[in-house]
Amino acid sequence: MIDFLNRLFGREPSSTTARERLRLVLLSDHLSLAPDVIEALKGDLIEVISRYVEVDAANCDVTFEQQETRVAMLANIPILGMRSRHVPRPPAPPAPVAEAAAATASAPAASPNGAATRRRRRRKAPGISSPATQAT
Amino acid sequence: MLHDVLPTEQTAAAAVPQARGRAIVVTSGKGGVGKTTTTANVGAALAAGGATVVLVDADVGLRNLDIVMGLEARVRHHVLDVLEGGATLDEALVTDKRVPRLKLLAAAQAREKDDVDTDAFHALIDSLRERFDFVLIDCPAGIEMGFTNAIVAADEAIVVCTPEVSAVRDADRVVGLLGERRTVQLIVNRLRPDLVRKGKMLSVDDVNAILRLPLLGVVADAPDVIVATNRGEPVALDADSPAGAAYRAIAQRITGALTSAPEIPRERTFFGKLFGSRS
Amino acid sequence: MSARRIVVTSGKGGVGKTTTTANVGAALAQLGKRVVLVDADIGLRNLDLVLGVEKRIVFDLVEVVEGRCQLRQALIKDKRLDNLAILPAAQTRDKTAISELQMTEVVVQLGELCDYVIIDCPAGIEHGFRNAIAGATEAIVVTTPEVSAIRDADRVIGKLQERGLPLRLIVNRIRPEMVRSGDMLSVEDVTDILSAELLGIIPDDAEIIDTTNRGEPIVLMPEARLATIYTKIARRLEGELVPFTSLNAPGFFERFFGMAG
Repeated sequence: MIDFLNRLFGREPSSTTARERLRLVLLSDHLSLAPDVIEALKGDLIEVISRYVEVDAANCDVTFEQQETRVAMLANIPILGMRSRHVPRPPAPPAPVAEAAAATASAPAASPNGAATRRRRRRKAPGISSPATQAT
Repeated sequence: MLHDVLPTEQTAAAAVPQARGRAIVVTSGKGGVGKTTTTANVGAALAAGGATVVLVDADVGLRNLDIVMGLEARVRHHVLDVLEGGATLDEALVTDKRVPRLKLLAAAQAREKDDVDTDAFHALIDSLRERFDFVLIDCPAGIEMGFTNAIVAADEAIVVCTPEVSAVRDADRVVGLLGERRTVQLIVNRLRPDLVRKGKMLSVDDVNAILRLPLLGVVADAPDVIVATNRGEPVALDADSPAGAAYRAIAQRITGALTSAPEIPRERTFFGKLFGSRS
Repeated sequence: MSARRIVVTSGKGGVGKTTTTANVGAALAQLGKRVVLVDADIGLRNLDLVLGVEKRIVFDLVEVVEGRCQLRQALIKDKRLDNLAILPAAQTRDKTAISELQMTEVVVQLGELCDYVIIDCPAGIEHGFRNAIAGATEAIVVTTPEVSAIRDADRVIGKLQERGLPLRLIVNRIRPEMVRSGDMLSVEDVTDILSAELLGIIPDDAEIIDTTNRGEPIVLMPEARLATIYTKIARRLEGELVPFTSLNAPGFFERFFGMAG
């Protein structure tokens, strides 16, 4: 009888409202009571996103927010740049003649195929070294 | 012996513009007698009547003021965030959906009552009094740390009591702990006039014979309060609700606009039950 | 042989912990079990009042812990039920008067004297709550079908699960007519939301106010509806598979004349 008029004009029963509100508020409560779960989730999230873009891991933030009809996860992940791992390197510009001659002389049988050349270049990449000092 | 301080004090309060707002703690000792419902409804009624009001939930870990007000989805920060510097007061205050003069400061859910620094909480309430006409503090059940913190900054108290032996006993204990310095008034909640008539429930007089407090109001037991909590809509904002009317009258007595003695709800008559099934 | 040590808790105050402790305890005593009820609500004791023994308190829980009396001296034997005794709380102390370890010792000691130790927990999740659950081997969580009570019960269930305490749920003060009209959550709603096993369903019944006023456990009035229900709960605790009573809403005339229980 109490909510009769409300329901007559299309309002849902208050028990339905209560059920839905409780579901959301308890979800929100449970999330706020599980900081270790949220930390683990944050870690995994950063790891996955880092496969595609470079992120500022120290300044990542993951929170859960209860909104009117749902609980939402809000992730703030500062992106520093694109990952270049899967993108092939463009070829290096041609070296000056003298250096090229020295490289050819010291390098063991400079292979005509591209693979060896690429391999050698990759070994050079981490540090700055002249072809003359490079060991094979 | 009734200390009939109430009318004079309140008329004075109404006449002289307050530089500072009033801080009132709503307490009981016994749980489940209606502190949170009372805080929400008295606050809503005061705000609807023109005052600026902030409701502070002091029940850390078991917060419910937000859900009773229907504002649980809007809480972003809580009291401990403010006390610990994690959020500003403005970031933490939630404005009521229906009455913009009414604001809520929620309790933390994932923390403990021991986490609250008493002095810092006291200072927070004092600063809220500079901004609001009324600061209503919803006290947790019991008389442990949560209670101690909740009462610290309030120099007025409302004791909520149901007409049951355990509640009266606990209220009596609480009145003792509130001490002499505070103005303490009584709300009798969930009265069932039919049971009082049959001699199966204590009357308001029975309750106040023990507690001996100025009576602020009496609210009859009403199923529409349960429905209101289901929806998160305080009955004080419902013009048709008798419980709402009782809360509105209480608010008027608090501001001094109403000075007559509170009405004791009467049993609903045959026709009252037939046509007025809301309470 | 050691007793089952059951804490009756809820989070939310006023949902019926003390009434449940008193009546389930009395019902078990009626079934022939030896039962000791412990009031862990130091400072706000009420179990004594609900059982009508408030005038017979000589010693209390705190005095036992402080060694100022023997445990047996503090136990109040119920005059109506042979197998029922109560250990009251102190009224003029606070909950920090005893530690969890001390509480555990008392409860374990009591467990050597009886079949059931039932501990009435205070509201909240503070020191008093932690004391009350210390030394318990299982829990009964009491809730009403209202939003705040369920939310608090959820919090308490989380804490009990952290401690590895098995628990069962009592849904108290259900009003079948309000459930039917959609104005109140159903028992099923409550057990779904809380994911807890149901121990009992107790309807809202004005008679309990009257019996509490008189300090009489309602199970002593066999014709009372709630007496049957508390007895069923006791039997379920004993391991019997007792079906839940179907709560028929009062008929038209009963509602009309306000006789709904």
